[in-house]
Amino acid sequence: MIGAIVVGLAAGVVAGMLGVGGGVLFVPGLALFLGLAQVDAEATSLLAIIPVALAGAANQQRYGNLRLRDAVVLGVLAIPAAILGVAIVNAIPERTVEVLFALLMLFVAGQLVRRALRAEPERA
Amino acid sequence: MAVGAQRTLRLAVIGTAAGLFSGLFGVGGGTVIVPLLVLWLGYGTREATGTSLAAIVVIAAAAMLAQGAYGNVHLGDGLLVGVPAVGGVLAGTALQQRVDPRTVSLLFAALMVATAITILVP
Repeated sequence: MIGAIVVGLAAGVVAGMLGVGGGVLFVPGLALFLGLAQVDAEATSLLAIIPVALAGAANQQRYGNLRLRDAVVLGVLAIPAAILGVAIVNAIPERTVEVLFALLMLFVAGQLVRRALRAEPERA
Repeated sequence: MAVGAQRTLRLAVIGTAAGLFSGLFGVGGGTVIVPLLVLWLGYGTREATGTSLAAIVVIAAAAMLAQGAYGNVHLGDGLLVGVPAVGGVLAGTALQQRVDPRTVSLLFAALMVATAITILVP
Protein backbone atom coordinates (compact mmCIF):
# COMPACT_ATOMS: atom_id res chain seq x y z
CA MET A 1 0.00 0.00 0.00
CA ILE A 2 2.82 2.43 0.89
CA GLY A 3 4.58 1.24 -2.26
CA ALA A 4 1.50 2.04 -4.34
CA ILE A 5 1.31 5.56 -2.90
CA VAL A 6 5.01 6.16 -3.58
CA VAL A 7 4.60 4.89 -7.16
CA GLY A 8 1.64 7.26 -7.54
CA LEU A 9 3.66 10.25 -6.38
CA ALA A 10 6.58 9.35 -8.63
CA ALA A 11 4.29 8.78 -11.62
CA GLY A 12 2.75 12.21 -11.04
CA VAL A 13 6.11 13.99 -10.93
CA VAL A 14 7.22 12.20 -14.12
CA ALA A 15 3.88 13.02 -15.77
CA GLY A 16 4.28 16.71 -14.98
CA MET A 17 7.92 16.89 -16.05
CA LEU A 18 7.54 14.94 -19.30
CA GLY A 19 3.94 15.60 -20.34
CA VAL A 20 2.91 11.95 -20.14
CA GLY A 21 0.11 10.24 -18.24
CA GLY A 22 2.41 8.28 -15.95
CA GLY A 23 1.13 4.92 -17.18
CA VAL A 24 4.60 3.43 -17.63
CA LEU A 25 4.92 3.68 -13.83
CA PHE A 26 1.26 3.09 -12.90
CA VAL A 27 1.03 -0.22 -14.76
CA PRO A 28 4.05 -2.00 -13.20
CA GLY A 29 3.24 -0.35 -9.84
CA LEU A 30 -0.33 -1.69 -9.84
CA ALA A 31 0.91 -5.14 -10.85
CA LEU A 32 3.80 -5.29 -8.38
CA PHE A 33 2.37 -3.62 -5.28
CA LEU A 34 -1.35 -4.34 -5.60
CA GLY A 35 -1.14 -7.69 -7.38
CA LEU A 36 -3.26 -6.78 -10.43
CA ALA A 37 -2.98 -8.89 -13.59
CA GLN A 38 -1.36 -7.08 -16.53
CA VAL A 39 -4.57 -6.14 -18.38
CA ASP A 40 -6.33 -5.09 -15.17
CA ALA A 41 -3.29 -3.01 -14.23
CA GLU A 42 -3.46 -1.30 -17.63
CA ALA A 43 -7.20 -0.62 -17.30
CA THR A 44 -6.77 0.77 -13.78
CA SER A 45 -3.78 2.85 -14.87
CA LEU A 46 -6.04 4.61 -17.39
CA LEU A 47 -8.38 5.59 -14.57
CA ALA A 48 -5.48 6.97 -12.49
CA ILE A 49 -4.17 8.93 -15.48
CA ILE A 50 -7.33 11.03 -15.90
CA PRO A 51 -7.05 13.22 -12.75
CA VAL A 52 -3.27 13.43 -13.19
CA ALA A 53 -3.48 14.69 -16.77
CA LEU A 54 -6.32 17.04 -15.85
CA ALA A 55 -4.41 18.64 -12.97
CA GLY A 56 -1.20 18.80 -15.01
CA ALA A 57 -2.94 20.41 -17.98
CA ALA A 58 -4.64 22.98 -15.72
CA ASN A 59 -1.27 23.88 -14.20
CA GLN A 60 0.38 24.16 -17.63
CA GLN A 61 -2.50 26.39 -18.75
CA ARG A 62 -1.54 28.80 -15.97
CA TYR A 63 2.08 28.76 -17.18
CA GLY A 64 0.89 29.50 -20.73
CA ASN A 65 2.03 26.12 -22.09
CA LEU A 66 -1.28 24.72 -23.34
CA ARG A 67 -2.77 24.96 -26.85
CA LEU A 68 -6.26 23.81 -26.04
CA ARG A 69 -7.65 23.63 -29.58
CA ASP A 70 -4.90 21.30 -30.81
CA ALA A 71 -5.23 19.22 -27.64
CA VAL A 72 -8.96 18.70 -28.16
CA VAL A 73 -8.57 17.86 -31.86
CA LEU A 74 -5.76 15.41 -31.08
CA GLY A 75 -7.64 13.79 -28.21
CA VAL A 76 -10.92 13.37 -30.06
CA LEU A 77 -9.21 11.95 -33.17
CA ALA A 78 -7.43 9.40 -30.93
CA ILE A 79 -10.63 7.87 -29.55
CA PRO A 80 -11.27 5.18 -32.26
CA ALA A 81 -7.67 3.91 -32.06
CA ALA A 82 -7.82 3.84 -28.25
CA ILE A 83 -10.96 1.68 -28.33
CA LEU A 84 -9.36 -0.58 -30.95
CA GLY A 85 -6.25 -0.96 -28.75
CA VAL A 86 -8.37 -1.98 -25.77
CA ALA A 87 -10.23 -4.57 -27.88
CA ILE A 88 -6.93 -6.05 -29.09
CA VAL A 89 -5.38 -6.24 -25.64
CA ASN A 90 -8.44 -8.06 -24.29
CA ALA A 91 -8.25 -10.62 -27.10
CA ILE A 92 -4.59 -11.67 -26.87
CA PRO A 93 -2.76 -13.75 -24.20
CA GLU A 94 -1.69 -11.88 -21.03
CA ARG A 95 2.00 -12.84 -21.34
CA THR A 96 2.06 -11.36 -24.85
CA VAL A 97 0.71 -8.08 -23.44
CA GLU A 98 3.42 -8.13 -20.74
CA VAL A 99 6.21 -8.67 -23.25
CA LEU A 100 4.82 -5.96 -25.55
CA PHE A 101 4.59 -3.56 -22.59
CA ALA A 102 8.21 -4.27 -21.62
CA LEU A 103 9.31 -3.69 -25.23
CA LEU A 104 7.37 -0.41 -25.23
CA MET A 105 9.27 0.69 -22.13
CA LEU A 106 12.63 -0.16 -23.68
CA PHE A 107 11.66 1.75 -26.83
CA VAL A 108 10.56 4.81 -24.86
CA ALA A 109 13.71 4.67 -22.74
CA GLY A 110 15.86 4.60 -25.87
CA GLN A 111 13.94 7.51 -27.33
CA LEU A 112 14.32 9.58 -24.14
CA VAL A 113 18.07 8.99 -24.04
CA ARG A 114 18.44 9.89 -27.71
CA ARG A 115 16.46 13.11 -27.28
CA ALA A 116 18.23 14.07 -24.05
CA LEU A 117 21.65 13.60 -25.63
CA ARG A 118 20.69 15.53 -28.75
CA ALA A 119 18.75 18.42 -27.19
CA GLU A 120 20.21 21.78 -26.28
CA PRO A 121 19.91 22.67 -22.60
CA GLU A 122 16.62 24.48 -22.11
CA ARG A 123 16.64 27.81 -20.32
CA ALA A 124 14.45 27.93 -17.23
CA MET B 1 -2.63 21.07 -49.27
CA ALA B 2 -3.89 23.99 -47.20
CA VAL B 3 -1.88 24.63 -44.04
CA GLY B 4 -4.93 24.09 -41.82
CA ALA B 5 -5.79 20.76 -43.43
CA GLN B 6 -2.19 19.55 -43.21
CA ARG B 7 -2.07 20.50 -39.55
CA THR B 8 -5.29 18.60 -38.82
CA LEU B 9 -3.98 15.58 -40.73
CA ARG B 10 -0.81 15.57 -38.64
CA LEU B 11 -2.85 15.83 -35.45
CA ALA B 12 -4.95 12.89 -36.68
CA VAL B 13 -1.85 10.75 -37.29
CA ILE B 14 -0.40 11.61 -33.87
CA GLY B 15 -3.79 10.96 -32.25
CA THR B 16 -4.21 7.57 -33.92
CA ALA B 17 -0.76 6.42 -32.82
CA ALA B 18 -1.27 7.76 -29.28
CA GLY B 19 -4.73 6.20 -29.01
CA LEU B 20 -3.45 2.80 -30.07
CA PHE B 21 -0.61 3.00 -27.53
CA SER B 22 -3.04 4.09 -24.86
CA GLY B 23 -5.48 1.25 -25.46
CA LEU B 24 -2.81 -1.41 -25.85
CA PHE B 25 -0.59 -0.44 -22.93
CA GLY B 26 -2.72 1.46 -20.41
CA VAL B 27 -0.71 4.66 -20.87
CA GLY B 28 -1.72 8.15 -21.95
CA GLY B 29 0.26 8.19 -25.18
CA GLY B 30 2.38 11.18 -24.17
CA THR B 31 5.60 9.48 -25.25
CA VAL B 32 4.24 9.58 -28.82
CA ILE B 33 2.51 12.97 -28.59
CA VAL B 34 5.30 15.11 -27.09
CA PRO B 35 8.09 14.37 -29.60
CA LEU B 36 5.73 14.51 -32.61
CA LEU B 37 4.27 17.88 -31.59
CA VAL B 38 7.84 19.18 -31.43
CA LEU B 39 8.99 17.60 -34.70
CA TRP B 40 5.89 18.02 -36.87
CA LEU B 41 4.12 21.07 -35.48
CA GLY B 42 7.03 23.16 -34.26
CA TYR B 43 6.03 23.15 -30.60
CA GLY B 44 8.44 24.16 -27.84
CA THR B 45 9.11 21.36 -25.33
CA ARG B 46 7.05 22.81 -22.48
CA GLU B 47 4.17 23.70 -24.78
CA ALA B 48 4.23 20.14 -26.16
CA THR B 49 4.08 18.62 -22.67
CA GLY B 50 1.22 20.91 -21.59
CA THR B 51 -0.83 20.22 -24.72
CA SER B 52 -0.07 16.50 -24.45
CA LEU B 53 -1.50 16.37 -20.92
CA ALA B 54 -4.77 17.94 -22.07
CA ALA B 55 -5.08 15.50 -24.99
CA ILE B 56 -4.35 12.60 -22.63
CA VAL B 57 -7.40 13.48 -20.52
CA VAL B 58 -9.62 12.67 -23.51
CA ILE B 59 -7.62 9.65 -24.70
CA ALA B 60 -7.33 7.97 -21.30
CA ALA B 61 -11.02 8.58 -20.57
CA ALA B 62 -12.04 6.86 -23.83
CA ALA B 63 -9.71 3.90 -23.27
CA MET B 64 -10.75 3.62 -19.61
CA LEU B 65 -14.45 3.51 -20.53
CA ALA B 66 -13.69 0.77 -23.08
CA GLN B 67 -11.73 -1.22 -20.46
CA GLY B 68 -14.59 -0.62 -18.02
CA ALA B 69 -16.92 -2.40 -20.44
CA TYR B 70 -14.67 -5.47 -20.06
CA GLY B 71 -14.85 -5.12 -16.26
CA ASN B 72 -11.08 -4.65 -15.87
CA VAL B 73 -10.99 -1.32 -14.00
CA HIS B 74 -10.30 -1.50 -10.22
CA LEU B 75 -11.71 1.76 -8.84
CA GLY B 76 -10.13 1.66 -5.35
CA ASP B 77 -6.67 0.73 -6.63
CA GLY B 78 -6.87 3.42 -9.29
CA LEU B 79 -7.63 6.06 -6.68
CA LEU B 80 -4.89 4.74 -4.40
CA VAL B 81 -2.22 5.52 -7.00
CA GLY B 82 -4.07 8.34 -8.80
CA VAL B 83 -4.75 10.66 -5.86
CA PRO B 84 -1.11 10.93 -4.68
CA ALA B 85 -0.16 11.31 -8.34
CA VAL B 86 -2.22 14.52 -8.57
CA GLY B 87 0.08 16.01 -5.92
CA GLY B 88 3.03 14.68 -7.89
CA VAL B 89 1.95 16.20 -11.18
CA LEU B 90 1.43 19.65 -9.64
CA ALA B 91 4.96 19.45 -8.25
CA GLY B 92 6.27 18.04 -11.54
CA THR B 93 4.82 20.79 -13.74
CA ALA B 94 6.08 23.48 -11.36
CA LEU B 95 9.53 21.84 -11.28
CA GLN B 96 9.53 21.61 -15.08
CA GLN B 97 9.54 25.41 -15.36
CA ARG B 98 12.85 25.52 -13.47
CA VAL B 99 15.05 22.51 -14.27
CA ASP B 100 16.62 21.05 -17.40
CA PRO B 101 14.21 18.34 -18.60
CA ARG B 102 17.13 16.27 -19.99
CA THR B 103 18.21 15.19 -16.52
CA VAL B 104 14.72 13.95 -15.76
CA SER B 105 14.50 12.18 -19.11
CA LEU B 106 17.68 10.21 -18.43
CA LEU B 107 16.58 9.18 -14.92
CA PHE B 108 13.19 8.18 -16.26
CA ALA B 109 14.82 6.11 -19.03
CA ALA B 110 16.98 4.24 -16.51
CA LEU B 111 13.92 3.45 -14.41
CA MET B 112 12.04 2.11 -17.42
CA VAL B 113 14.89 -0.16 -18.50
CA ALA B 114 15.00 -1.62 -14.98
CA THR B 115 11.24 -2.17 -14.97
CA ALA B 116 11.27 -3.78 -18.44
CA ILE B 117 13.92 -6.24 -17.31
CA THR B 118 11.85 -7.10 -14.21
CA ILE B 119 8.86 -7.92 -16.42
CA LEU B 120 10.79 -9.85 -19.08
CA VAL B 121 12.74 -12.05 -16.64
CA PRO B 122 10.06 -14.24 -15.03
